[in-house]
Amino acid sequence: MNALEIKEVVNAKILTNNCNLETQYHYAFASDLMSDVLAYANNETLLITGLNNPQVIRTAEMMDISAILFVRGKKPSKETVDLANENKMTILATDYIMFKACGMLYENGMKGLE
Amino acid sequence: MVFDSLIKRYSYTIIGNDFTTAGKSSSDIKSNLKAIGIDAKIIRKIAIISYEAEINIIIHSLGGQLHCDLYEDKIVITSEDIGPGIPDIEMAMTEGFSTASDNVRELGFGAGMGLPNMKRYSDDFEISSSSNGTIIIITVLI
Repeated sequence: MNALEIKEVVNAKILTNNCNLETQYHYAFASDLMSDVLAYANNETLLITGLNNPQVIRTAEMMDISAILFVRGKKPSKETVDLANENKMTILATDYIMFKACGMLYENGMKGLE
Repeated sequence: MVFDSLIKRYSYTIIGNDFTTAGKSSSDIKSNLKAIGIDAKIIRKIAIISYEAEINIIIHSLGGQLHCDLYEDKIVITSEDIGPGIPDIEMAMTEGFSTASDNVRELGFGAGMGLPNMKRYSDDFEISSSSNGTIIIITVLI
């Protein structure tokens, strides 16, 4: 699934412009704990989180994660979006809660990390 | 005894409780290692280790130094901080154990995974602590 397909599935907005919308994501990892992201995620993963501070972008940067979906209608600060653009990441934001967003993506073929 | 010769040292000063630039040093280490052509898998391990170390200094100490030393066959991350130290290292190495404040947890940290994560991605992990501070030396073979 690429970013545009993810956008359609969870009715999201794409907040970054310096990103690659063609990249395919087959797996997702959902967590509000950045240390768990550092322990379990890998680089082909879509990160789904309700946290929206710049540390999320830094964490993704360390893991080479290039797409993040913010849930629960969280609006990231300009600083967060700027940092994501700087790192060529795709940031999406949806109003759905994490459980529902995960369910919708799963139904459309996105898999959880093993 | 043969001493490996140090090729390059990257050093950073980390300020305690300053979350505004948290991760910047690790980001810099990452791009420096990328620029000199280190393998992507090794860079990822180093990035995670240095980021956890950097966050730990910010959360738990008054401040400190983060070094990334490049040798021919390994990369060594050294984290040295000033006070208050870790009273029970064995406990601190347990996944899920954390003394971080609610403030820190709101940022997504303080889950008690920092030190275990650093160890998980390393080939050698040494830690010593006193009431003056903590020194962690982590080696990743390349």
